[in-house]
Amino acid sequence: MKILILGAGQVGSTVAESLVGEANDITVVDMDGGKLQQLQSRLDLRTLTGNASHPSILEQAGIADTDMLLAVTQSDEVNMVACKLAASLYNTPTRIARIRSLDYLNRPEVFSADNFCVDFSICPEQILTDYITKLIEFPEALQVLEFAEGKASLVAVRAFEGGPLVGKPLNFLRTHMPQVEARVAAIFRKGGPIIPEGGTVVQEDDEIFFIAATDNIRSVLQEMRRMDKPSKRIMIVGGGNIGRRLAKALENDYQVKLIDHNKKSCEKLAGELANTLVLNGDGTDEKLMQQEYIGEVDVFCALTNDDENNIMSALLAKQGGARKVIALINRGAYVDLLQGGKIDIALSPAHVTIGSLLAYVRQGDVVAVHSLRRGAAEALELVAHGDRQSSKVVGRRIDEIDLPKGATIGALVRGGEQVIMGHHDTVVEAGDHVIVFITNKQTMKKVEKLFQVGIGFF
Amino acid sequence: MGRIFTVFHALGLMLVVFSAAYIMPVATAIIYDDSAMLLDFLLAMVWTLASGLLMWLLTRRHKGELSIRNGYLLVVAMWTAMPAFATLPLLLMLPGLSFTDAYFETMSGMTTTGATVLTGLDHLPPAINIWRHELNWLGGLGVIVLAVAILPLLGIGGRQLFKAETPGPMKDTALTPRIAETARNLWIVYVAITLLCIGALKWAGMNWLDAVCHAFSAMGLGGFSTHDASVGYFNSPLIEFIMIVFMLLAVVNFATHFLAWRGKSLGVYLRDAEAVASLGLILSSCLGIALFLWWQNVYSDFWVALRHASFNLVSIATSSGYASVDYAQWPIFAPLWMMFLTAIAASSGSTGGGIKMIRTLVLFKQAGREFRKLLHPAVVDPMKIGGYVVTNNIVFAVLGFISLYLMTVGALTFVLLISGLDFISAFTAVLASINNCGPGLGVVGPASNYAGLADFQKWVCTFAMLAGRLEIFTVLILFTPEFWRR
Repeated sequence: MKILILGAGQVGSTVAESLVGEANDITVVDMDGGKLQQLQSRLDLRTLTGNASHPSILEQAGIADTDMLLAVTQSDEVNMVACKLAASLYNTPTRIARIRSLDYLNRPEVFSADNFCVDFSICPEQILTDYITKLIEFPEALQVLEFAEGKASLVAVRAFEGGPLVGKPLNFLRTHMPQVEARVAAIFRKGGPIIPEGGTVVQEDDEIFFIAATDNIRSVLQEMRRMDKPSKRIMIVGGGNIGRRLAKALENDYQVKLIDHNKKSCEKLAGELANTLVLNGDGTDEKLMQQEYIGEVDVFCALTNDDENNIMSALLAKQGGARKVIALINRGAYVDLLQGGKIDIALSPAHVTIGSLLAYVRQGDVVAVHSLRRGAAEALELVAHGDRQSSKVVGRRIDEIDLPKGATIGALVRGGEQVIMGHHDTVVEAGDHVIVFITNKQTMKKVEKLFQVGIGFF
Repeated sequence: MGRIFTVFHALGLMLVVFSAAYIMPVATAIIYDDSAMLLDFLLAMVWTLASGLLMWLLTRRHKGELSIRNGYLLVVAMWTAMPAFATLPLLLMLPGLSFTDAYFETMSGMTTTGATVLTGLDHLPPAINIWRHELNWLGGLGVIVLAVAILPLLGIGGRQLFKAETPGPMKDTALTPRIAETARNLWIVYVAITLLCIGALKWAGMNWLDAVCHAFSAMGLGGFSTHDASVGYFNSPLIEFIMIVFMLLAVVNFATHFLAWRGKSLGVYLRDAEAVASLGLILSSCLGIALFLWWQNVYSDFWVALRHASFNLVSIATSSGYASVDYAQWPIFAPLWMMFLTAIAASSGSTGGGIKMIRTLVLFKQAGREFRKLLHPAVVDPMKIGGYVVTNNIVFAVLGFISLYLMTVGALTFVLLISGLDFISAFTAVLASINNCGPGLGVVGPASNYAGLADFQKWVCTFAMLAGRLEIFTVLILFTPEFWRR
């Protein structure tokens, strides 16, 4: 597939990186030649320096025969104009734009075919905010991912002493709580994946991924570890795009304190936020933390755009007694280094946000792609189509489906309502949303192929 | 002295316009076939018109833009000169009336105070009564225009709060781009609500004269009545209820009314933080005072207590000043609480007087900010009203205004005490005057009026009315040496 990416920032380069490995022709356009050079030296792609919304630049970048346009520059307006041009001048089939401003997002008609012709809009900051919000809602979880419009969820949790399941085989779960449907999709032990079977014994410190109906998350979490008190006090460091959105999302349900070092932006934030206590100071200032009772904080989020600062302030907060600390870390190497150490959750924005983008990029009926454990595993939501003749999935029991090694079917969502766990004798029907869990990224293509409908269908 | 003449030039023009106000009593005199009154009013009209014209023509060489300083001067000159000319028909008609009393009466009318020194109101000629009430109504109109068009330009006491270009309840209003257009729209709203009020009162059983008079004084939140017994004369719950509704309408910013009317939505009222606070405070006080009176056994029936508490409290709190019963006989908490409300409850841009609710909100929020600052030294906590940030400069101006207001109340109370008045009478007379409310307690209570005061005390009250109506700074600034220094 020919893909044109506008903008070589955080999002643009991460997308380029994950798509380049899947045999795509990629061109990246950016104003900043330096960034492009860096990208080109690492990856096998073409780059072009220039203004991404100018038709001449787009033409040079080969928009005429591009299959998909990804407009992810810093500017909403540039992205929108590029989509409009692509649609009306060059008939580009798929146009995706990064849109941050709520002013635009709140009016979907702006993106319609009569106006700016944006097929899909994504807002990484919003995705990240939703992600953190979920983590705060379920403080025991390491990761919470939603499928089928929130009906089913995939939750990662670290097993701890005190959970009834710890030290027991997995099939104990069914006898212990027969009324709750849940399925353990994978276990990571000492960094490596284990394909779970009924007899697998859960050990302390295992990272367990399970799928359950969203309403049941809490009761399943209880099986894995002692439950914490629900979070009440949240402290956020960094009032940028993410910090601001997060404070806004949380301020009515939690007591939120927001620290930012810039006096001007503090004033702006305080004007925008109704119930958040905005503090002017350094996120690594332990005096300020003590003053604001860091020991009483339930969740501490370091969300500035400086990795080192986030790490240090998260460590300080943990030291000061914050119950759970979350740090936003851009550099992949740091994330692996820190996850599971003193910092409870090291968040890589690229991996959190890339999933929704990739879902549009991938072929077949992929609704969502979420990357787990910083990309070591992925969870896909696919729609099954066709019938027993045309499809390799529909009308078959799960144990009849020829899944590649390392892939498991976690659950099905039928009719947008009913969540069915993927047992070996469950039969897939047309229209089901199937949640597939993949521990080996190489098998992704095979799974997608499996769900494509054969020629006979048409 | 050239700049003084520019003020006179503008003042002359204002007087020419003001002389048109005599048309209403003239028409009344014709309707009631009262030739003596007709002559008096025509004479007064000609006098005012001639003086205005003369002033305007003599100073026409000094026509020009008014500086901000001259703006203060003009506003004060207008509000002293118009009542002075308005005394003419009173003096002509009532030969026994002193100028002090007549000026007190007309000043009370134009500042929408509604305190009176006249007795035997029931027997005054209809034209005089219409004139008194028209002054209330014009005063209200003048105040709205003053609030939206003139005071923001002078920047008094955080008045910028109400200006369209700064944050505050009127921000999303941005009524219309031009001041003149805005003022015209507000007049239309004011006139429309007044007409409604006249219709409602007539329907409730008043005669036309009473309906027009009471609608005028209710919309201006003045409180003049055509009867010595005020609204108690009618002894009708329906009339009291209608008046409550219209007084509450008049105590809300007229810009909000305009927006609600233009947007055809009541949600506008909920978004106006000031209106919500003001109406919430008044209505909850009604209930509280009714319960208090019932508990104290002033009225044995709760519904009677609620009726009397509501009417009198709304009347005083909105700074109108009607009475339906002698509330001075109630336990002292109730009337004092009413006097307290009159100082704070009215909205900016309404016809009410006092500190205004928005400044009260600023005061409260500032106290909250100080507490927060002590608990969290690093906090960044801008003041917000209705979701909009209020800058510190405005907060300072508002606090300055409130402290000047309190000092003025204190100083004038002392002056009245020196003149020999008892404390309650002196304090409440000053409060009632500076808040443009009307009746106080003691010798100036609802059962009597200001006729019992000495001339000097009447002048003090007259000054308080003017100062209160023009937001204190406007008047007092003329007494500072800097103002006159070049």
